[in-house]
Amino acid sequence: MNPNSGHESNRREFLVTGLRGAGGVWASLHWPAVMVAAQHAAHMREAIPPAKLEVLTADQAAEIEAAANRIIPTDDTPGAREAGVIYFIDRALGTFATDSRGDYEKGLPVLQAKTRELFPDSKKFSQATPEQQDAVLKALEGQPIFELIFSHTVMGFLADPARGGNRGGVGWKLIGFDDNATFAPPFGYYDRDYPGWQPPKEK
Amino acid sequence: MNPQVTYKPSEEVDFVIVGSGAAGGVLAKELSTAGFKVVVLEQGRWVPPSEFGHDEIAQSQEHTLTNNSQQQPQTFRKTPQDKAEKQLSAIYGRCVGGGTVHFTANFWRFHEIDFIERSRRGPVAGTAFADWPLTYADLEPYYTKLEWEVGVSGLAGASPFDPYRSKPYPLPPLPVKSSGVIFERAAWKVGLHPFPSPMAILSQPYRGRAGCIHCGRCLGFGCEVGAKSSTLASVIPVAQQTGRCEIRTHSYAFRVETDRHDRAKGVAYFDGRGRQHFQKGRAVILSANGAETPRLLLLSSSRRYPQGLANSSGLVGKHLMINGYSGVLAAFEQPLNDYSSAAVSRVLHDFYEIDPKLGFYGGGGLDARFGRTPINFALGAVPPEVPRWGKAYKNWLAETFSHSMFVTCHATSLPVENNSFSLDPDLKDAWGLPALRMTYRDHPDDLKTVKYLQDRALELLAASPATHVWPQPVQEQTRAVHLLGTCRMGNDPKTSVVNADHRTHDVPNLFLCDGSSFVTSGRGQPTMTIEALAFRAADRIADAARRGEI
Repeated sequence: MNPNSGHESNRREFLVTGLRGAGGVWASLHWPAVMVAAQHAAHMREAIPPAKLEVLTADQAAEIEAAANRIIPTDDTPGAREAGVIYFIDRALGTFATDSRGDYEKGLPVLQAKTRELFPDSKKFSQATPEQQDAVLKALEGQPIFELIFSHTVMGFLADPARGGNRGGVGWKLIGFDDNATFAPPFGYYDRDYPGWQPPKEK
Repeated sequence: MNPQVTYKPSEEVDFVIVGSGAAGGVLAKELSTAGFKVVVLEQGRWVPPSEFGHDEIAQSQEHTLTNNSQQQPQTFRKTPQDKAEKQLSAIYGRCVGGGTVHFTANFWRFHEIDFIERSRRGPVAGTAFADWPLTYADLEPYYTKLEWEVGVSGLAGASPFDPYRSKPYPLPPLPVKSSGVIFERAAWKVGLHPFPSPMAILSQPYRGRAGCIHCGRCLGFGCEVGAKSSTLASVIPVAQQTGRCEIRTHSYAFRVETDRHDRAKGVAYFDGRGRQHFQKGRAVILSANGAETPRLLLLSSSRRYPQGLANSSGLVGKHLMINGYSGVLAAFEQPLNDYSSAAVSRVLHDFYEIDPKLGFYGGGGLDARFGRTPINFALGAVPPEVPRWGKAYKNWLAETFSHSMFVTCHATSLPVENNSFSLDPDLKDAWGLPALRMTYRDHPDDLKTVKYLQDRALELLAASPATHVWPQPVQEQTRAVHLLGTCRMGNDPKTSVVNADHRTHDVPNLFLCDGSSFVTSGRGQPTMTIEALAFRAADRIADAARRGEI
């Protein structure tokens, strides 16, 4: 460890040091795949935070979640709701995105005002029909509140599940992303049966 | 990571180096193994490999490896006539190992032409286009040394456009990916010359380090297993093992002090708690990157140097080059899973020098790559004709992410005097220092070059089984990750800041070595040349020190 970093040795470094200390050539050169895979699996099991709100009020969460559900809707595949995007956003506002709390406080009334302007029967965005909600969001594209909910929804759908969203990896499954710790060729369809780099004969 | 020597700031060491990245890491290793006492001041922290992880939020939102606008805000404007607005425009590595920790690891050598292009091509209007004061032949031994010291994978002789090399690559190429196969087959069809991309990633175990496990998190992430040949994984441990080199983290340099004989005495810096210190040194080397090196010289102004230290030319911070860039996203019927393994597996250099008869200056390379991790893809890669949200957006993501690749075009930037880093007159950073201000507008030839290359990429993809192609709009750039040319080297003190040995013309024991030393921009992959220059600089500086000429 670097003496300045102030971090304690973690388990993996301890194990690696142990393996290297044992002097095994195989261990020192092949440990990474084994260790990373083990670490990765442990991370996936342990790291999922509970689905509860810490920062947002239930009312705020209902409005944001309703918008998120239109941005990535549920159909025959999971959407923002099943991914638990709202829990990602709540957790973000308590961690890396504390600066955005005020933006939601300022922006959610804008969302509600636009809803009432277009659909006077609905007091809240979350009370409008899905079609009405789409019309409200369309009208707010480019406005700070729309852009904020949009970017946080996408993050919450596709971030590491340890961040509170992307529950069960549903976002990753949808886009065909495998969160494996390691891969081996062939990686895709087009590199199967690749014969090796061989330039054509110049005419 | 190893235990290391520590020095008191009051102890005069042989060299104080600011920055532990591409250049600073190499200089630290070379000078400490040559027997000199070295202190490296690194503003960032030492990120242990166990923290590198695959978390896109940590990388893009928490800036675990790069500078951030909370601590160090910046401003940007297109021209000196504009008012600069707050915006983070220059992104750089801010941790031990600097940008080499999170870079994509493309490792192209510059070609012979890069160093002598001004005399071959003649002047370009509105620019300070110039030859370098050194040639490819001067640098070749250091490119080779670099490849073998840090570990580079590639296939010598595979590109007919490659410059002379004295030794093959130490490691065979990384395995090809689907994107590489598609690119390669299409390129052969249209008469181009694709080749396995040279990468600073170990395709096999090398010198006690592990080979690549193809996790696919290179671009923007640190390598958990140390297979990416960052200076953190390769040369910095060697420097520490000498017992003569201290890498001092959380040390934010803000001033180079000089005496009345115009000699540098050392470097003033803030520690992690905001306390000021002064590290004494017999010589000072700034390797703080092409933004922070000129900023530090400008911050070191005094009555004696009203326009900044080592700035008698007035060129410190000027002639910023960031490399032109354009790209095409292409989708295919079958999955590529391009998110696995290294970002790039095939490249071509047929357009390294674009025909002057076309009426503009430029050149570049094309590669097939994984360009965007999931969140970045979903937020930033969506073509204008695809709905931005809702069911159609969701469907597009589901169909495209794993079935697509980018062909990216990496190109020249011309040195334009107005394009620069300077001190913002109003905005301050968290330490109360004037913030970095970037002024940048692409030269018209740079935009023509990237458009030309994008058209070639589209021709190539037309010969592939792509079902859709989406050229990304070519537009003026407002964000930079390659920070080049801002303390350019040259023989004439009136038109350059450092000489060919990276010694400043004005202060004999002050050296600058990083992207700021570049005279021209190369074709878009500068890190390898920064490191090769650092190996050469270390030789020249060590020789001078031994002769008592510092």
